[in-house]
Amino acid sequence: MDDFGVYLLHQILAGLKTTISLFVACAVTGNILALPVGMARISERRWLRYPAIAFILGFRGTPLLVQLYIAYFGVGQILASVPSIRYSPLWPLFRGAYIYAYFTLSLNTAAYCGEIWRGAILGVPKGQSEAGRSLGLSRARIMLSIVLPQALRIALPSIGGQNILLLKGTALAAMITVFELMAAANLVRAQTFRVYEPLLAAAVAYFLLAVVITSGFGLVERRIASRY
Amino acid sequence: MDSTSSWLTLLSFGDQGWGDELVRGACLSLGISISAYLIGLVLGLVGAVAKLSGNRVAIATASAYTTIIRSIPDILIIFLVYYTATDAFRSLMSLSGFPAEFQLNGFVAAAFSLGIVQGGYSTEVLRGAIVAVARGQSEAASALGLTRRQTFFLIILPQMFPLALPGLGNLWLVVLKESSLVSLIGFTELVLVGKMAAGATRHYLLFYASIGAVFLIMSGISTALIHLVEEKTYRTWRHG
Repeated sequence: MDDFGVYLLHQILAGLKTTISLFVACAVTGNILALPVGMARISERRWLRYPAIAFILGFRGTPLLVQLYIAYFGVGQILASVPSIRYSPLWPLFRGAYIYAYFTLSLNTAAYCGEIWRGAILGVPKGQSEAGRSLGLSRARIMLSIVLPQALRIALPSIGGQNILLLKGTALAAMITVFELMAAANLVRAQTFRVYEPLLAAAVAYFLLAVVITSGFGLVERRIASRY
Repeated sequence: MDSTSSWLTLLSFGDQGWGDELVRGACLSLGISISAYLIGLVLGLVGAVAKLSGNRVAIATASAYTTIIRSIPDILIIFLVYYTATDAFRSLMSLSGFPAEFQLNGFVAAAFSLGIVQGGYSTEVLRGAIVAVARGQSEAASALGLTRRQTFFLIILPQMFPLALPGLGNLWLVVLKESSLVSLIGFTELVLVGKMAAGATRHYLLFYASIGAVFLIMSGISTALIHLVEEKTYRTWRHG
């Protein structure tokens, strides 16, 4: 391989590392937060339902790019002007863009997946929870042992799709200066004036990541389907 | 309050504020979204028909298209399409003797690259709707001696429309938000206007939050309109 190839590969691998870490961190946080968001969304208590509706509406109604801009440039500027944060030992963490990308992408995933969970929980036939009640089970027991496992089966394909969208969303973190795959491709592009090689290399890397994620979710889906 | 009034000034119309620029940006965002949506629908219809055609080459091409669109970040595809299209256009222009400095119109380039991304999503929605039209319909049409083209345009297409509506509504909401991405290839729509305003005034949170609010309003209105169209379509369908 020539010098350019080695250089390109080096940068792409460096970017790939950040992309994977950002994706894993956001997927874990986002998917964990999604269930409480979805349950709050269908709660009978207004003080739980209304904030959840606003949260989902806000994240689903605006472009991810604008959300990232608001977090990094907007909230970041505010945080920098608060002395107790500006001079705290945690400041190095809040100076970089990574943490803003992490929070934004996690909350974004939580909002979208929360809506998926809502649909899935409502999609479990009513007779199921009625049967649980006639057996004298508590409401929490009914939710945990009867409704949620069945809702998971309904929700899983959509959640898998949403996680692919999360992977695609991490590419936008490059626009707030996180050095991940897309940023690596842009860097090589700017330094060498070669347009197609870095973009195509990044495209191949994203494609492979998407294949891994899709087959991972396929595996989980099959295992869960065989259990219930 | 002092800061509140200065915020209002910043968002006002005229040469004091950025209100008129933001409104113009929002209109351009809408224009880009509508164009990309239509391009995407045409591509999606072609893709859906190709996927169901039974021709192996057509199926493979359409599947490769949707797979790539689904697994590669939209912004990467937009960059790739943008550079490929500009390069191809430029070499075409220099071949035909026009000055090589000729620039591709920003609106056309942005709508085209966004439309190609949309086409991938539209393909799946429209394919699903075509499949959902009962088989008996096309069998009845061929029994009546209609050609395949007549069957598609006269029988399938009108019937798949109400079935595709929820998906088409979703696609519109997606493209409306995705239109923000063309700010990254330098097209001055709402997000780029906001970025310039924020950079010039250093009121980042104010301007980005305002842009978010404008998008929220646009998707809210769209949702209401989609709901209206769906209601109306189902009503006419039931009585028709």
